[in-house]
Amino acid sequence: MNKAKQLFAGLILMALGLGAAHADYTLNLMKGVTKVSNDIYDLHMLILWICVFIGIGVFGAMFYSIYHHRKSKGHVAAQFHENTTVEIIWTIIPTLILVGMAIPATKTMLELSDVDKSDMTIQVTGRQWYWDYKYLDNDIHFESHLDEASEKVHRTPGADPRSVPHYLLNVDKPLVIPVKKKVRFVLTSMDVIHSWWVPDFGWKKDANPGFINEASTYVEKPGTYRGQCTELCGRDHGFMPIVVIAMEQVDYDAWVKKTLEQQKQKPDLSDQTTQQLMTHGESVYLKNCVGCHQINGAGVPGLIPALTGSAIATGKWESLDGFLRAGTSKMPKFDKLNAKEVAELLTYVRNNLGNKVGDELQPKQTALPDDDE
Amino acid sequence: MSAVVDEHDHHADDHHDHGPAKGLLRWVITTNHKDIGTLYLLFALAMFFVGGAMAMVIRAELFEPGLQFVDPAFFNSMTTMHALVMVFGAVMPAFVGLANWQIPLMIGAADMALPRMNNMSFWMLVAGVLLLASTLFMEGGAPNGGWTLYPPLVLQPITVGKALPFAIFSVHLLGISSIMGAINIIATIFNMRAPSMKLMDMPLFVWTWLITAFLLIAVMPVFAGAVTMLLTDKFFHTSFFNAAGGGDPVLYEHIFWFFGHPEVYIMILPTFGVASTIIPVFARKPLFGYASMVWATGSIAFLSFIVWAHHMFTVGLPLAGELYFMYATMIIAVPTGVKVFNWTATMWKGAMTFETPMLFSIAFVVLFTMGGFTGLMMSIAPSDFQYHDTYFIVAHFHYTLVPASVFILMAAGYFWLPKWTGNMYNEKIGQLHFWISVVSVNVLFFPQHFLGLAGMPRRIPDYAVQFADWNMISSIGGFIFGISQLLFLYIVIDTIRGGTGEKVSDEVWEDAAKHSLEWTLPTPLPYHTWTTPPSVVPTEHVLDSH
Repeated sequence: MNKAKQLFAGLILMALGLGAAHADYTLNLMKGVTKVSNDIYDLHMLILWICVFIGIGVFGAMFYSIYHHRKSKGHVAAQFHENTTVEIIWTIIPTLILVGMAIPATKTMLELSDVDKSDMTIQVTGRQWYWDYKYLDNDIHFESHLDEASEKVHRTPGADPRSVPHYLLNVDKPLVIPVKKKVRFVLTSMDVIHSWWVPDFGWKKDANPGFINEASTYVEKPGTYRGQCTELCGRDHGFMPIVVIAMEQVDYDAWVKKTLEQQKQKPDLSDQTTQQLMTHGESVYLKNCVGCHQINGAGVPGLIPALTGSAIATGKWESLDGFLRAGTSKMPKFDKLNAKEVAELLTYVRNNLGNKVGDELQPKQTALPDDDE
Repeated sequence: MSAVVDEHDHHADDHHDHGPAKGLLRWVITTNHKDIGTLYLLFALAMFFVGGAMAMVIRAELFEPGLQFVDPAFFNSMTTMHALVMVFGAVMPAFVGLANWQIPLMIGAADMALPRMNNMSFWMLVAGVLLLASTLFMEGGAPNGGWTLYPPLVLQPITVGKALPFAIFSVHLLGISSIMGAINIIATIFNMRAPSMKLMDMPLFVWTWLITAFLLIAVMPVFAGAVTMLLTDKFFHTSFFNAAGGGDPVLYEHIFWFFGHPEVYIMILPTFGVASTIIPVFARKPLFGYASMVWATGSIAFLSFIVWAHHMFTVGLPLAGELYFMYATMIIAVPTGVKVFNWTATMWKGAMTFETPMLFSIAFVVLFTMGGFTGLMMSIAPSDFQYHDTYFIVAHFHYTLVPASVFILMAAGYFWLPKWTGNMYNEKIGQLHFWISVVSVNVLFFPQHFLGLAGMPRRIPDYAVQFADWNMISSIGGFIFGISQLLFLYIVIDTIRGGTGEKVSDEVWEDAAKHSLEWTLPTPLPYHTWTTPPSVVPTEHVLDSH
């Protein structure tokens, strides 16, 4: 008995010790940074305590009975097998508890579904496997991919995830919103069903292809809030995180101004060295191609063709370029890539991933007529 | 009160008993409910280990952050196949096996009503599961879009290779098999009960299976319809679920869960029935609240049809829908609560002993209730916006399936194997099996509540480092739980081959014959039983009305 106790205490201590090793670790739901997330937290705690309370009652009675009403103690079995009063009581009391629960739950549900009178709207589009954000009020539009450090580590066997800050919860371009503003989100998808979840905001909402869902948030406190896709969306479902930075209005305005300026900038089409082309090409590849064609270009047998040794990848670069921009029934078209990115990507694909075509493409070569204007 | 066995019955057996066919062919052509029950149970046990091996792959990959063992697509195949194999290959067939063995014995019937169909439904199950398993070896791998098979993902050529049509035909076969099994069970219960057994005299196990069989008949065709629409969307260019063609992917979710929610009760209602059978025997008391148990089972079954969208709170339901499905779901807590209270009241003031079947049954009541609590938490729609698709739900449904359905299946094994085989299992090893299982299953699943609340989504092969500790603990629990089930396999084989060698009485358990008919038959059970129905049936639970 003593040994069992020691073992139990040891296990708990071990659990606590492990928990302490990561200070950001939590056991319970987090309160979040919006009113609705706090209300949900309160609901959660209320129902949790109700369950604990009922559990103590029921299990208490059961264990009392198990301890006292055992044959080995000479207890003689009573032979009752029904009691209408008791049965009515234990039907009615839970019903009343549920009605009591339903009231605050309904209030919070109303709050959660209120998207009226918003100050701004952001369109969130789920893609395999990244998020596409479009600010409907000011034309800011960008993609938000898993950051390169996490991308490389999770694709490299034996690499240490602990070496990457915010492993799998970091992105290249976070979503930016102002605090103390009601932000409305309209969510949809370009391919399969995704679900957009930032726990600190208190909700997740599915992004369904062909349909639009709405949700809203009102963040009180500036900060960086992280979340993930929560609807299975294919092989890289686990690798499309969400990062939202909430800023004071002034900072947000400055960010909008800067981002709009950057967005207007033309890509730099000047020549690059082979080394530059290859390095940049890897970045473009990691962002756009790696999810399907894999880090070594081997593809997935039976599902996705390999780029290594592929006739299209290593054939005439013009046809590869055309293929890339047009897409196929299986592959989305990548006409969003600019001439600079295309040149870098093509050079990388044709001279890495086990391919050795030996050519190098400059942005000016891959530029379409209207890219120069 | 206790049944009087018709002595004449057993003498009659001696004269024209044509026993089992010789050799292996016996198992292929058998129409004997006991043989078919055995086939179902052994097949389910085998699939329990196949599905369990897949769970081990999942827990091994999640042991540490980073990708160590498998490719994400294969990981997704494992989660998908683990679910399909466990649901359709292990838990459901195991309960059908129990039904085959026990329903005729408990109602005083000579066999199932439709013995040839019984044989056919078993072999269709085998065909269905083999077809499903064969996808593991196909180009592009096994289905990896989750057991829910949501479109458009499952239709995507870059996600699922050649496996989809095979998985769908497998679902069709499994569905036909289940429907045939259900029809057989209903026909048996309605037509073959001992003349003196009224519906309200039936053991709870028979009642719960009767209701379950109706659920099966109602929803398996719905699932078959849903997956057939997937098939035509994929191969015949229909657009049921394709928005570009005027369809709606969310429609699939509605249809799937209209099947899916009753489906989860198909796995739990017979569990309730077995628990209601075992607990009174070891408490040496009649089951408390027999009539309310029957009504609660019926209510839960009815409610299961009108709560499906609580699996879909975050898909963008209209507010009225969110509220309706929340209220309807919350109501389920009432009949479920009644059942838990009844089991507790059955133990209350009993004279309990704690043999392995009772231990597993008590653990079932406690741990199923924990799964029920988290279910209640998730019925609160706003809270579900946080819980949905995280490890919290993974913990929830595993609590209702593993330490509930699976534990009760084990309990049933310990409870009835001595009766079926005439051999006693080794109580010491049985208790060892129980204690290792009950501790490890909690080490396995309890931390998953923490992971979910802390924000870890389900169905991911790799995770942020703050989830590392509890995942490792959960995996350790998983490995111990997985390995310890080999003890059960050992016990089953050992018991069949002679067990402890002690003589087992007809009742096996003290006064068991007061509770149910099968204990009035000789041990080991003859190949044919109840060739003439019993004249008196135990109706202890309705003492006052008789």
